[in-house]
Amino acid sequence: MSNLKTKSRLEKVLAAGEFAVCGEMGPTRGADRDAVSRHAEDYVGYVDAVNFTDNQTAIVRLSSVAACVMAKREGLEPVMQMTCRDRNRLALQADILGAAALGIRNVLCLSGDHQQFGDQPGSKNVYDIDSIQLLQTVARMRDEREFLSGEKLEGAEPRMFIGAAANPFADPFEYRVIRLAKKVAAGADFIQTQAVYDVQRFERWMQAVCDRYLHEETYILAGVIPPKSAGALRYMKNSVSGMRVPDELIRRLAQADNPREEGVRICVELMQQVREIDGVRGVHIMPVMWEEILPTLVDKAGLLPRPQL
Amino acid sequence: MIVAERKPLNEIMDNLAGIGSVAVAGCATCVTVCSAGGEKEVSVLSSLMRIAAGQRGQDLQVVELMVERQCEWEFLDEIIEGIDQVDAVVSLGCGAGVQAMAAHFEDQLILPGLNTRFIGLPEQQGLWVEMCLACGDCMLDKTGGVCPVARCAKSCFNGPCGGSQDGSCEIDPDTDCAWQLIFDKLQKLDRMQILQEIEPVKDWSDSRHGGPRRIKREDLIL
Repeated sequence: MSNLKTKSRLEKVLAAGEFAVCGEMGPTRGADRDAVSRHAEDYVGYVDAVNFTDNQTAIVRLSSVAACVMAKREGLEPVMQMTCRDRNRLALQADILGAAALGIRNVLCLSGDHQQFGDQPGSKNVYDIDSIQLLQTVARMRDEREFLSGEKLEGAEPRMFIGAAANPFADPFEYRVIRLAKKVAAGADFIQTQAVYDVQRFERWMQAVCDRYLHEETYILAGVIPPKSAGALRYMKNSVSGMRVPDELIRRLAQADNPREEGVRICVELMQQVREIDGVRGVHIMPVMWEEILPTLVDKAGLLPRPQL
Repeated sequence: MIVAERKPLNEIMDNLAGIGSVAVAGCATCVTVCSAGGEKEVSVLSSLMRIAAGQRGQDLQVVELMVERQCEWEFLDEIIEGIDQVDAVVSLGCGAGVQAMAAHFEDQLILPGLNTRFIGLPEQQGLWVEMCLACGDCMLDKTGGVCPVARCAKSCFNGPCGGSQDGSCEIDPDTDCAWQLIFDKLQKLDRMQILQEIEPVKDWSDSRHGGPRRIKREDLIL
């Protein structure tokens, strides 16, 4: 993996063997010019790249491509999330070209949360292609200079560092590694996982990943979410699909004098634990409406300073 | 079979405002089997309409009709007399039945009495589930006889999304994850190799996305 495929800072950091740190930001629900800049100081210098979500939880927000462009102006390296829920193959390919032309160098290919969970449950979903087929499409545009139709691109190819999600906590467990292998075969350069709270299960999954040498073919970043309270953890356990949260962690937060401080401690411990697991090449921190805590988390986890490459 | 369910009575009655006589027409095929538009449902709905009309102060004559298959012209000819005597018809056929009636009885107002829901089967008494989206290019050979196009909420072609948990789909704990079913079946058949392969993008032009569909069989055309 020594030859760089793109000019992505995230790829550079990972290829240099550094333990990467990604953040995440949900764009605003208004047309705010400062949608990104208001949080920029919490991210610049603390992360190697920041994901911008694409109508996350199927709630309308400022578009991820626009947020990514704003992020670049602030000196951040954006990762554009892109779901198959809202666009057909024409729109997906068009937005890949547009994003690349605007200087966006990372894309995360996702299925997307079902629209039933969002603010427009009566909408029609698209799912023309699925997330694995989207990975293939972007890779084909970049590497073969071809559209899905087989026709050739007529200008510059989108030089994007291509990412995918993986959820070690969803079922069937035995299929989770097969699905990862398919994503890698489809062109996933890096993987960001669902938030890890159940470290044992994550370790079992990583063991299976390493048994198939998939960690040598893609960079795996473990997801974490700093929990603000026992209630927040309980909500994730009971109401967020595909998440597993040990009761012990919920108890710990419930008994804490200062739940937020305890939440930071838990998140830092999780980052330190996943870092020790073979094949894990970085962390992906999803602060979820708690952006200002990110510098503290990165600092306490001993991940500063970030490499200047 | 095609599975349908009756529209709310108020919606049916609102559509009949100002109408003096109506025929409620059932269909003896799919909608009879799914207890939405058979002889019994025609009778029940007709009674409800008579009561509702009385409550609304509307003078409404309701007659009951049955058709063997509303979606075929030959069978529709059998009820011409009944149709001619009323101001409007509430069809308890599926969407194809309503449209066949509307086309066949050119001067008659044909109103839908059902919402046509899906192609499916009765999983148990009183519970119907969707099985097929009529996408036009069957892939059940690759998925252990379980359709991810119709039965996965995101029509994933390459395995379960991150929302599959304990066998259920993320949208509803009572809905099976189609990919869990596929996984289990292929494991039983010892055909897990199929799951390693990447399914290429689907050609949706065989589906409704190619425009309204027609099948023309030269060998059968007279």
